[in-house]
Amino acid sequence: MKTFQGQSLSWDVKDGVIELALHRAPCNEIGTVALEELEKFVAALPVLQDQAHALILHSTMKTGFCAGADLSELYYSAQKLQPQEAARGVRDFLQRIHKVMNTIDAAPLTTIAALHGVTFGGGFELALVCDLLIADKMARFCFPELRLGLIPGFGGIPRLKRDLGNGVVRDLLLTGRSFNATKAQQVGLVSQLVGEGEALRVARGTAAQLGKFDRQTAVAAKKFIKPIPYDELKQEIDIFCELFGKPAVQAGLKKFVESTEALPYLP
Amino acid sequence: MPTAEHTLEEILNLAAAHFKVPREKLTPDDDFFKALKIDSLQALDLLTKLEHHFHVELPDYELQGVSDFRTLASRIQSRL
Repeated sequence: MKTFQGQSLSWDVKDGVIELALHRAPCNEIGTVALEELEKFVAALPVLQDQAHALILHSTMKTGFCAGADLSELYYSAQKLQPQEAARGVRDFLQRIHKVMNTIDAAPLTTIAALHGVTFGGGFELALVCDLLIADKMARFCFPELRLGLIPGFGGIPRLKRDLGNGVVRDLLLTGRSFNATKAQQVGLVSQLVGEGEALRVARGTAAQLGKFDRQTAVAAKKFIKPIPYDELKQEIDIFCELFGKPAVQAGLKKFVESTEALPYLP
Repeated sequence: MPTAEHTLEEILNLAAAHFKVPREKLTPDDDFFKALKIDSLQALDLLTKLEHHFHVELPDYELQGVSDFRTLASRIQSRL
């Protein structure tokens, strides 16, 4: 499938570059529909990657790249189920999203996340599977999961640990604070910091440059420099599922979902 | 280092320009969520703008409970 137009995302291939655009209001929250469409994308990748050397992930939503997991869906679907059934559902969801993330992470393409605005939680984790992060100066990064009594569940901690110093990982994880793209570049997370609204344009220019190199060499270089921490990713699912059963998590989700406070996105 | 009053004035000017609100409609003690008609995602935008403008890093948990321009200015002033 060379092009796809779904409810949450779309993709097409042009000049050897696959562009995967997230486009679900309000800020590309990842729930069942987004997961199913990401699975379609991953299923289509073996064909797509024969026609491409690069993949760009970006968002068409003004609010940002992605605000993370769809917490409303998570909370309300868990409410309809017995705790054990809900736990099984969460584990199944995580295993499916990990399969998607791992496939994109390992894809024999150079992958670029073009980021702006909110890049939080699962959205941050989606960006972290990419080889290069290009962010406009209004992008913000955050793992807010601890205030829900959870840890990031889409592979965020092992991938952040792979890419950054442990001090920065602990700061993001344990304080739940967000930081801006300038800071993200200073700590080595973002490779190119660009003006507001320029991330996709710069990502396209970078993708064009990547096309000048021998593809097999680029694939070998990526495989050498970017190992996938499979064992830690599996551990993350176990820890998340163990925490998910705790009453504090349901209380935290309820508070977030039903919140009328002005600051639900601030830790 | 700019004075606290100068910092406050710059914040009011910047917020007015970014959210396209007439500057004269904003006062230091306004609730900026109400005065600018913004939600929490837009508040993060404002935070990013302010961090760039003043060249400071302001952890967002320091903004918990802060909703008026004057207190916001004092938080920024403490990092200049």
